[in-house]
Amino acid sequence: MTSRGKVWIARDFLKCSGCRLCEIVCSLHHEGRIWPEASRVRVFMLIPGVEYPHLCAQCHDHPCMDACPTGAISVNDETGAINVNRDMCTGCASCVDACPGRIPHLHPTLNYALICDLCGGDPECAKICSEGGWNALRIVPHTDDPLELYAYRLYARKPEDATKGLVAQLYGEAGEEML
Amino acid sequence: MSGRGYAGKFAEIDLSTGSIKETRFPEEVLRRYVGGRGLGVKILWDRLGAKWDEIDPLGPENILLFLTGPLTGFFPGGRICITGKSPQSNGVVGSTIAGEFPAELKCAGWDGLIITGESEKPCYIFVKDSEIDIRDASHVWGSRAKKTYLTLVKEVRDELNAKNPLYGEWKEPAIYMIGTAGEKKVRTAGVVGKWAHGAGYGGYGAVMGSKKLKAVLVKGTGPLPPVADHEKTMQLIKKVWRINFQHDLNRRWGTGYAGYNVGAQYSSEPVRNWQEEWHDERSFGVDEFERRVWVKRYWGDFNCPTTCLKLAVVRTGKYKNSIADNPDYELQAYEGTNLGIFTPEENVYLVSVIEEWGFCGIQVGNTMGFAAELYQRGILTKEELGGIELKWGDADAFARLAEMIAKREGIGDILAEGTFRAALKLGEMKGLDLLKYAVQSKGIGIGAHGIRSGLDYPMGISYACSVQGGDHTSVALIPITRTVSDHSMMMSDSGVYCLFNELYLKKEEIIEFFNAVTGFGYTVDEWYYDIAMRIVEIQRAMLLLGGPDVKWRIDENPARFYEPLPSGPKKGQAPTREEIEKMKQEYYKIVGWDERGIPKSETLKKLGLEDVDKVLREKLEL
Repeated sequence: MTSRGKVWIARDFLKCSGCRLCEIVCSLHHEGRIWPEASRVRVFMLIPGVEYPHLCAQCHDHPCMDACPTGAISVNDETGAINVNRDMCTGCASCVDACPGRIPHLHPTLNYALICDLCGGDPECAKICSEGGWNALRIVPHTDDPLELYAYRLYARKPEDATKGLVAQLYGEAGEEML
Repeated sequence: MSGRGYAGKFAEIDLSTGSIKETRFPEEVLRRYVGGRGLGVKILWDRLGAKWDEIDPLGPENILLFLTGPLTGFFPGGRICITGKSPQSNGVVGSTIAGEFPAELKCAGWDGLIITGESEKPCYIFVKDSEIDIRDASHVWGSRAKKTYLTLVKEVRDELNAKNPLYGEWKEPAIYMIGTAGEKKVRTAGVVGKWAHGAGYGGYGAVMGSKKLKAVLVKGTGPLPPVADHEKTMQLIKKVWRINFQHDLNRRWGTGYAGYNVGAQYSSEPVRNWQEEWHDERSFGVDEFERRVWVKRYWGDFNCPTTCLKLAVVRTGKYKNSIADNPDYELQAYEGTNLGIFTPEENVYLVSVIEEWGFCGIQVGNTMGFAAELYQRGILTKEELGGIELKWGDADAFARLAEMIAKREGIGDILAEGTFRAALKLGEMKGLDLLKYAVQSKGIGIGAHGIRSGLDYPMGISYACSVQGGDHTSVALIPITRTVSDHSMMMSDSGVYCLFNELYLKKEEIIEFFNAVTGFGYTVDEWYYDIAMRIVEIQRAMLLLGGPDVKWRIDENPARFYEPLPSGPKKGQAPTREEIEKMKQEYYKIVGWDERGIPKSETLKKLGLEDVDKVLREKLEL
């Protein structure tokens, strides 16, 4: 379906406009409907102006996969994405607790974990974000360089923790008192 | 009403008894009144129409409506219409606000909230999918906007996380709320969201305050409802995205480019309470705002391809750490030029102050300009103003005055009634005609686009004849098919979505969108001469019926609009009363009103509004 090769989604959170077009295209791709809560990328806004797109960072050591008690989580060799086998997933949320950023969440009506699968290697969220000119999410080639590979994991952060850093960058001193 | 973009049900929440139940409307009602402003007018007429003139907008009988429409969430730029009987005009004003709230509400399975009665104690409402709770808000009653936002959002999100530990992280709920001004029933209070989002026109913050309702929060985990033609709707959404990606003006600069341009190029920007409408202050150019205060270039709400908002923080100087949505054009004018303020820092500071108190920035800026002109003319003294020297351009003085109005302290108690009512009251106290300094229409301060130069979009009768009074986003225009006419605006106000994302579409394309979602098969002609016309006629009738304190018998411009412009390239220009009268009569003919501006029986009957006709004739003693 694509000739992009292995890709990764680079993120620049301060550029996120909060338009949530990423949530729309993601849920259309995966669910066939506009369904923000079932989107694999969710934009958190714990403080207005501090928008934080929360999506899988494809950690090199895959703690979610290791934690999964049923073997429902695997890594796709071709794309590098995390795949969840929804028939095997029991919705136990072990992957949520194992993820350094608590990124997976359960499908709102079906009992299985939602994790970004990179749309099979051609991620819709990053495409629309670039087309719209925001470039908060951008498709870059996946690397096998160990240094960069380890850096992916830095993007797996909990919404509160990420917000703390971003609010200080955006609002300076005035932001600190909002936490 | 499944399969037409509607969630299918509305929640009736009675704050007096705490009862919550579901209501549904027949398909024919939805087809005819759509949603948002249209449906709001219908609900209010059906329930309160017969005794409309007796209803106190700030009493328990008023109904507060939060209404989405079929296109909400689908048409790029989701908004919700907040309406009810307006404490400003005594009519109905469709007041819309953006955010994630509108889509969240539909994803929770509700098209709208119908809030009646009056709570005994301060409360807030939390909607989580099908569950709706009325909760105690004593701990945030008295809090300003930012603190209310941060406290309630955290509280509710923590609860969601605690209650459903296996779900993963809960995304925050969406919230609309009131500040101090709303709590104190200040007639210029808005319903506010985020930093400077607001449903301002109409004064529905005061209505929320009168019901002791501090905030409404919502979290919906479902999908947007099914539509009539799924494939086509999704194609159209992407088409509207792409059209807006390609237009740069609002996207790049927001409406903030107008803070300089509307004054300098169009001579239609309020300067010092509209004593002038021209200025050439480069310090107020959008490039200055970008350089000095912007911290985010593109900011927007759910499903918006334009993201015309920008975020502003004052980084240095006296007003350091003031945060706000970068003032849009209206707030640049009303918390800027109209008060004689011409620097981005002071403007951002003042916007952050008035948003904290929970005002409509347009309305309170209009009233503060009015007060400052009275001070300029020696009609109001420093003593009467509680020690404030209310000089043009003094941001600190205006910030202090805003506080007095929000808290109804001293003269703030009179100014809290809005420009029109304050002019009557102060005029009575002073034995002077002060209405001539009140730049308002039907009790609503006029938006920052003047009519005198003839270069801007409003016409001479735009505010005088509009069913939304001074609202600049919905005005009377000839022909009625022009963009932002009352009849055109009924699309986005009833849809409910953002006008800005339809600016580059033909009316046919907008109707095509309506049809893809609803399957109702509207035509453009039907829209203007049946659907929108009917809603405008009912709105007009309710405006004329008025309320216990004020009734409107004539459509008129503020006196100031007949004073020749004193400066700029259009110096000396103003319309004559004869011209306006002629234009009024022309408009009345088009919309089927008699020479006094009262909807004719034949007009109403043709639209199936016999009941409206009957009440109107009875009450106006025609």
